Amino acid sequence: MIRYALSRFLGAIPTLLILVALAFFMIRAAPGGPFDSEKALPPEIEANLRAAYHLDEPLVQQFGRYLLNLARGDFGPSFQYKDYSVTELIAAGFPVSLRLGGSAMILALLLGVTAGTMAALRQNSRTDHAVMAVSMTGISIPNFVMAPLLILLFAVTLGWLPAGGIGDGSPRYLVLPVISLALPQIAYISRLTRGSMIEVLRSNFIRTARAQGLPERTIILRHALKPALLPVVSYLGPASAAVITGSVVIEQIFGVPGLGRYFVQGALNRDYTLVMGVVVFYGALIILFNLLVDLVYAWLDPKVKYA
Amino acid sequence: MSAAPESMAATPAPVKGRSLWVDAWNVLRRNRAAMVAGALIFTMAVLVVVGPWLSPWDYAQTDWDNVSIGPDWESRHYFGTDALGRDLFVRTLHGGRISLLIGVVATLVSLLIGISWGATAGYLGGRVDHVMMRIVDILYAMPFMFFVILLMVFFGRNILLIFVAIGAINWLDMARIVRGQTLSLKHKEFIEAAEAQGVASFNIIRRHIVPNLLGVVVVYVTLTIPQVILVESFLSFLGLGVQEPMTSWGALVNEGAQEMGTAPWMLVFPATFLALTLFCFNFVGDGLRDALDPKDR
Repeated sequence: MIRYALSRFLGAIPTLLILVALAFFMIRAAPGGPFDSEKALPPEIEANLRAAYHLDEPLVQQFGRYLLNLARGDFGPSFQYKDYSVTELIAAGFPVSLRLGGSAMILALLLGVTAGTMAALRQNSRTDHAVMAVSMTGISIPNFVMAPLLILLFAVTLGWLPAGGIGDGSPRYLVLPVISLALPQIAYISRLTRGSMIEVLRSNFIRTARAQGLPERTIILRHALKPALLPVVSYLGPASAAVITGSVVIEQIFGVPGLGRYFVQGALNRDYTLVMGVVVFYGALIILFNLLVDLVYAWLDPKVKYA
Repeated sequence: MSAAPESMAATPAPVKGRSLWVDAWNVLRRNRAAMVAGALIFTMAVLVVVGPWLSPWDYAQTDWDNVSIGPDWESRHYFGTDALGRDLFVRTLHGGRISLLIGVVATLVSLLIGISWGATAGYLGGRVDHVMMRIVDILYAMPFMFFVILLMVFFGRNILLIFVAIGAINWLDMARIVRGQTLSLKHKEFIEAAEAQGVASFNIIRRHIVPNLLGVVVVYVTLTIPQVILVESFLSFLGLGVQEPMTSWGALVNEGAQEMGTAPWMLVFPATFLALTLFCFNFVGDGLRDALDPKDR
């Protein structure tokens, strides 16, 4: 198991390097620069600026410098937020995003698995059809459409919840963003759980458990749930990527000062280092999460061999 | 499943073979949800093409007498107007043209890359296959939405780039599916026969492998189109996609979200069109999978 984990971990390193390289060279290949503005700068000043940010060195050297700094956790200075380094901006924004995304993931898992299991237990019943219809809607309505509709209903019309911001940081402010972020994932997870649960309930070992007269509750919780959750576990990788991507637009809609908002602002302002920093950071996070999911899967599923 | 050889077809009472497609059509026809969804998509496509001509207004034209009004039949603003007095009915349909067009074109781009990549890797096998699929694995781990945003930001927001960027990044699933399918086709007798006759690899892939992949590909296409429409709406929503005065459903939802306190119709109409379209594509995709996927028979 440890050897397997180690080899998977080493396998992720080239992926990470390629991620950084892609982001780095894509930005450098783009027309226009961070110092482009309405008024052209005098050439000497621009030259000085370029020298200060090491933009006058050959590309390969710049890339090497960037990699070395990254290894030390230094994402470089932000081009737009003059007094901050990108590392500081990430440190400021990420905890907020983590709280938002983490809550959404937990909510999605709890609700999705429960709804999916209930639907599977009463296959083709009214409950089943209702869960599947709701989940199809959840998949089809993108979160950036759902979010304004929720605001319109619960904040503007009913006035139950705040429409945006994080205010004093109380959980009330997180309710609507978390729900909008979690809904599509709830939908996917409940469909996945339903499908695999139906399959597991038909298998021989469940029939044996029934024949032995175990109570239904024990059968589901002790025997059926674990194998039925395997597809859900492997979906957690893509799900985390979707939640991270979704948080970018959700933070924008609700005015949550998280990392996604810095990213969009940076993208609109051509803040090279900030945008790259966020892409690399989130990319690394997704790669890491996929790795963890693989390890958990291998640990849960006896069929996986540690080759 | 393939047609009988010539000699057998010439026997006195030729049995009319049922092709994969006829079978699939029969299964699909019984799936009411998928048929209704398919009809709705067709209606939607016709509506976004023909609809704008049914209104006296143009998508970029300002009606100074009716700025930000709700649905009103008298002035023929069927869905009302936006904050600049532009007709929302025409803008919604115009946005639909762009969204559907991007959905179809970007899917075709991803199809082209995915099929060539997957079929080549699967057919050639060995080290080539290994390297090609390793590349797919690595790209798979990339946060692709972030890369599309990078592309949009740094290379200007033009519509052609949206087509290519989304298509160029969405081909990975296609390549995987096609490769898997190719691997299982590779050892079928008709491929061996072609090899024995000395047909070149490229021609075997083109004439024998690709046509046999079409079933899977069709299913996958109907599931990719809504994904692509979603990506485009996401970009346009953030202001990084289609630019004014042109519009798409994502851009309209964004405008609507900003005005929803005073002009909820600006949000409701485009949001409904977008959600309905995605809904229908998902239903048709599910139905086609049931009909064409041989595993489920």
